[in-house]
Amino acid sequence: MSQRIMAIEDKLYRNRYKVDEDSHLWIKDPTMCLKCPFDLRCVRVCPTDVFKWEENKITITYDACVECGACRIACYDIGWKSPKGGFGISYKYG
Amino acid sequence: MTEKFDSVVVGAGPAGSAAAYTMAKAGLKVLMLEKGEKPGSKNMFGGVIFRHHTEQIAPEFWKSAPIERHVVEYQYWFLTKDSHLLLTHRNQRFNRTFNAFTVHRAKFDPWFAKLAEDAGATLLNRTTVNDVIRENGRIVGVKTDRGDVLGDVVIAADGVNSMLAKHAGLREELQPESVALAVKEVIALPHQRIEERFNVGPDEGVAAMLVGWGSGMHAGFMYTNRDTISLGIGISLRDLDKMGERPHLLFEQFKNHPSIAPLVQDGELKEYSAHLIPEGGYDFVSRIHMDGMLVTGDAAMLVNAINWEGTNLAMTSGVLAGNTVIGAKKKGDFSSRTLAAYRDTLERSFVMRDLKKYKDAPKFFSANQHFFTLYPEVANELAYMWHVVNDETKENHLKEMKATLFKRRSKLNLLKDAYHLWRIMS
Repeated sequence: MSQRIMAIEDKLYRNRYKVDEDSHLWIKDPTMCLKCPFDLRCVRVCPTDVFKWEENKITITYDACVECGACRIACYDIGWKSPKGGFGISYKYG
Repeated sequence: MTEKFDSVVVGAGPAGSAAAYTMAKAGLKVLMLEKGEKPGSKNMFGGVIFRHHTEQIAPEFWKSAPIERHVVEYQYWFLTKDSHLLLTHRNQRFNRTFNAFTVHRAKFDPWFAKLAEDAGATLLNRTTVNDVIRENGRIVGVKTDRGDVLGDVVIAADGVNSMLAKHAGLREELQPESVALAVKEVIALPHQRIEERFNVGPDEGVAAMLVGWGSGMHAGFMYTNRDTISLGIGISLRDLDKMGERPHLLFEQFKNHPSIAPLVQDGELKEYSAHLIPEGGYDFVSRIHMDGMLVTGDAAMLVNAINWEGTNLAMTSGVLAGNTVIGAKKKGDFSSRTLAAYRDTLERSFVMRDLKKYKDAPKFFSANQHFFTLYPEVANELAYMWHVVNDETKENHLKEMKATLFKRRSKLNLLKDAYHLWRIMS
């Protein structure tokens, strides 16, 4: 059977989100990322590709987040809070 | 004026709704706060709910609850890259006395929360709790994005990432080795197709646990719903970090495995989800009571990672927390000393006893990953050798099988493994 790797964007497209205008994720101290002690673990553990290392800083695509919390545990420099009530991921199945 | 309740329950999942139901039924004034659009909209699991513990709250709930299928078969898959060995148990007794039901949480959780509402609790959706309110060191309420609410006892049922337990100082930050990341897809297929592929009747379902492919310790899971299949993997955050492979790519590897792909072939992806599972076991269950507050379910890390149970531990902890608040209300005392009854009853229940029983298992399996890598490989290799037909005599086949086994694992280590496994599991 032929292997067909589905891109993460195509997966996330199926999900229902109500996107808030403010990010519920942030980097507490961006200078720490330049000498990241975890080898950019946030980028690697996120199941929805929220974090990217671009031009010497982490960029955050918070509207793709499914609020699992993996990044928060991977790195103490990541600020994480629940989106405002009713916003963020809204599973239809779960 | 800030409204005051007997209890404010944060989170309307299985633990929160069980607690709210218990207290509302006893006549207490209960508020449930849910950050999602409705209960369940932030929740994901494998998975199943269990008849025994759900029925303690709602007798014969399967007649009205949004369940998918009842489980008649449990499968244990041992995979290598291109083979599998399958151990399976199907029993007609599961058709006569239901044991577990597959459900979609976005459908089940609202139904379960409605039981608490019908018993008199108030449910407020789309409300995120940002902090606790303290007065002289005790918790007296919570701050939400819609304003403050007060309660004699706040019950934290806000899941694995419990911000409430953290704000209250009841728990340290989680560590990568004590949580697993679960990544799952819900894949739609016509229900007849599911019944053909899994050889089950219209209401019957299969729960499958899969171990052993790839380079590290991650487990796969597969549950049949009515017209969808829940397929996913779970991997400890520490191992994920060490492997350096992205979680969604690990999942794609799994989904494309030659033994798995035909089961979900031509299915339509409906949803991609991810969630953390607190898998640290007994040693990681933190302080779960203080003046004016109790912690339940995933927020208290009540997950049995050996038997793959969680919703039943959550519901039971919710009921016991509810009962504790009812008792405290009678005494008019919501101090940590009175609320300690929750910890005591939880310790005496199956919840903490089971976690205690397998206290050392998470650490043991994490340090001995060959149980999930080497043994599935060896078992598949021996199975292959047993079946392959050529000019060799059976005597030589058996000799070769033994040699293969002892080459992969010495006799001494095999004995040691058997001994340790027995010690941990019995």
